[in-house]
Amino acid sequence: MQAAGNPALTSGAPVLPRRFDWKWVVIGLCVALTVYIAVIPLAFLLWQSFFTPQTAAKAAQFTLDNYTTAYGSSETARLFWNSLKFAFGASLFAFTVGTALAWMNERTNTPFKTLFFALSLIPLIIPGILFTVAWILLGSPKIGIINLALQYWFGLEKPLFNVYSLWGMMWVDGLHYSPMAFLLMTAAFRAMDPSLEESATMSGANIFQVAWRVTLKLTWPAILATLLMLFVRAIESFEVPALLGLPVGIHVFTSAIYQAVHRYPSQIGLASAYGMTLLVITTIGVYFVSRLSSRGSKYATMTGKGFRPRQIDLGPWRWVAAAVFIVYFLLIVVLPFAVLLWSSFQRFYSVPSWQALQNLTLDPYRFIFTYPNLARSVWNTLVLSFGTATLIMLVTSVICWIVVKTKLPGRWLLDNVASLPMVFPGLVLGLSIMIFYLNVDVGVYGTIWIMFIAYVTRFMPYGLRYNTASMLQIHKELEESAAMSGASWGTTFRRIILPLLKPGLVAGWIYVMIVSIRELSSSILLYSPGTEVLSITIWELWENGQYVELSALGVLFILALFVLVMLAQWLGKKFGIKE
Amino acid sequence: MLKVEGLFTEYPNERGEIVKAAQDVSFEVPEGKLFTLLGPSGCGKTTTLRSIAGLERPRLGEISVEGRVVYSSTKGVFVAPNRRGFGMVFQSYAIWPHMNVFQNAAFPLEVGDRRFSGQEIRDKVLRVLKAVQLDELADREATKLSGGQQQRLALARALVMEPQLLLLDEPLSNLDAKLRERMRFELKRLQRDLRITTVYVTHDQSEALALSHSIAVMNEGRIQQIATPRDIYEKPRSQFVADFVGTTNFLDGTVLARAAGADRYRVRTEVGDLEVLSSDALREGDGVVLSVRPEDVDLSEAKPEGANVWEARVDQKVFLGEFIDFQVKLGGRILLSRSHPSLRTPVGDAIYVRLHPEKCVAFKASDHA
Repeated sequence: MQAAGNPALTSGAPVLPRRFDWKWVVIGLCVALTVYIAVIPLAFLLWQSFFTPQTAAKAAQFTLDNYTTAYGSSETARLFWNSLKFAFGASLFAFTVGTALAWMNERTNTPFKTLFFALSLIPLIIPGILFTVAWILLGSPKIGIINLALQYWFGLEKPLFNVYSLWGMMWVDGLHYSPMAFLLMTAAFRAMDPSLEESATMSGANIFQVAWRVTLKLTWPAILATLLMLFVRAIESFEVPALLGLPVGIHVFTSAIYQAVHRYPSQIGLASAYGMTLLVITTIGVYFVSRLSSRGSKYATMTGKGFRPRQIDLGPWRWVAAAVFIVYFLLIVVLPFAVLLWSSFQRFYSVPSWQALQNLTLDPYRFIFTYPNLARSVWNTLVLSFGTATLIMLVTSVICWIVVKTKLPGRWLLDNVASLPMVFPGLVLGLSIMIFYLNVDVGVYGTIWIMFIAYVTRFMPYGLRYNTASMLQIHKELEESAAMSGASWGTTFRRIILPLLKPGLVAGWIYVMIVSIRELSSSILLYSPGTEVLSITIWELWENGQYVELSALGVLFILALFVLVMLAQWLGKKFGIKE
Repeated sequence: MLKVEGLFTEYPNERGEIVKAAQDVSFEVPEGKLFTLLGPSGCGKTTTLRSIAGLERPRLGEISVEGRVVYSSTKGVFVAPNRRGFGMVFQSYAIWPHMNVFQNAAFPLEVGDRRFSGQEIRDKVLRVLKAVQLDELADREATKLSGGQQQRLALARALVMEPQLLLLDEPLSNLDAKLRERMRFELKRLQRDLRITTVYVTHDQSEALALSHSIAVMNEGRIQQIATPRDIYEKPRSQFVADFVGTTNFLDGTVLARAAGADRYRVRTEVGDLEVLSSDALREGDGVVLSVRPEDVDLSEAKPEGANVWEARVDQKVFLGEFIDFQVKLGGRILLSRSHPSLRTPVGDAIYVRLHPEKCVAFKASDHA
């Protein structure tokens, strides 16, 4: 009986508008933009991977060469194998650490628990490229502080770790994304009704039997989804393989794509073939994650809120747990930031020593503030992230209104299309956008617009998610009562929907802003002189070997992101939303 | 004034099945009257109301208000809800949480086709807020209102643009029982004072009986009966109406013959032969169903005079304060009787039952809903 929102959208037969209704213009524009942005790069990537490069002399021809080259060589088999090993290792490591922390936080009386959630923000605050650089400074065999300290204390001949290795890559990437695993597993633990565990305890099971036979068995869809998600993310990861793998010839898909593009002459077809493979892997992964999370709801047996599960008393072991936590805290925040801070006060990079302490200087900061590219890249970054966040939030608010509030046929398709960029690794997205605008000359290639397009595409799914969560909270009748009051669609949208969406809109806006500011893997293929963004400037400083200057910029960058993230948290609390 | 003719609405549900929400719904509401659509959930009453509002588009039919056609399938007319100028109160009240009381009530004046000056808006809003006794709270945040206040604000917002027609979608169902009863009186007073033509949707029969000039009982998309509250209760035309409105005893029977008086018949039932009333044209041998309200089942310890009297036995009784419910056993059937609490016949004792012929209503068995 309770049917449909807007009658004009619900009825079978469309009404011919007697008067020009700009509602359809807005809806049409938003849908067109979404479809264009989400579908075009994919289609072009596919097309490109089957054709020879177009030159002035010769038109593009259909070919399978790219795939035969890509799959004919033993190099590719190694690439594939390396990528899998790296992604499995990094995701397993992140998962193990994250799950252990989540369990400690949710189910035991470990001290310092309030710090746990602060930790979950780390990946937002420390961008991947800075985290990787910091770990090079900590774990490189020649200059790595940890290696040198251990060699000094224990009198070892050889450095203990080498961060320039597959193991090193797994370590850095896994560590960086362990907070994400922590968040996902915390959600999984919370979604489970603790009385299921308590009834097992009452039946006589001990801690381990409860954990193994009840907790784990009930959370396995979430575990699998988390693992897959981490896997997809690891296989997309660009910074770690590029900075740690390339120097020692360990290639994975992302770094291979980067190299194929940057080779002379650049092999875009080959990069496309690699990109397609990567895309297939991530698509399968994302598909199963969404399947698992929709199925997982049958396991999510939580009813009502405000429960607090009984906590396991670890006894004296809780200090061990606290120690584990402190070590983790050191590894993920304190050491990386400290090493950047140290290096940012040096004239030339040198390991900490008494002598180096005498030579502290502000030169790197002076350099950074007079660096000609800096002002421009800060400006570019701000303009891009501001524009991206604003456009995304406005467009997705219309899109999710269509998806959530109307019965328009095909609206589920629109939802899927708008979420499509989720499967794109940043680098592959950059690649396909680059190819498209190289072939279709509309004057955006080489300008800041091409990066704007990439950012909007890449982060649209996030905006959609934030808006959808808020939109679902808005009762249909709030809109209908506006229509009954005589308000047109535009007025209703502007005066009712948008203000009510505000919590999600603001939170999503800041989130998109933050991720846009740190964007590297799409920008790296799209920037050109004059359109550098901050993360590109950091990348260039690294390429030039200007470590101390990079550190100074990194410290400032992290501090700025910290302020932004805190602002986001504060706003989130103020508007009463949880992420 | 409001005229709904031959309304058909169908729509596919989540599983793609066709739901027949309204089937040949027709009625008229005269100027200034309160008309109620009453029925169980899923009967099509809300769909009908939303079709009048323009929030839903029927498949067939015509809706007009004072001759102005707002929807017609044959003429291809569909006026958008925001152009119809009807006031509506929603089940959830739909008070906008980001506006205060005044802003909520002023909204229809700000967005409509007619332009009002700031002073006009102030005057109109304060007048309507006064009418619903919210003028003191004009500056309060809408989220800080109680349920009853939100309901009154929703009403004020629907009335502020002085609509031709007021639509109320279960406006009292979200209130607690005490408040609901009070609001029932207030709503009735307001409607009668303003003489605004109103269509009211509810599943609560006592609300419908208390408020309406006229009631349409709906079931499975169709209107079963349109009548005044008293006629709906006392002279239901079908088993569904008798059952849905109030509680009743049903008895199966067969027509023996016509009896003396208009619409009177003699009917043989499982408890004995009865004199009954029926507005259906019945013939000898027709199968019928009788409905007798519990308060029309008279119990007494002394044998009363007249027709339709039997001796029964008290099977169970439930004391409810203002009255007492007896279940009496009569020829293998249990009849429910609502009596004055002074009747104290113990369980197991004999008791006389009298069913007043005026109150035994029969309808053809084939009419069953």
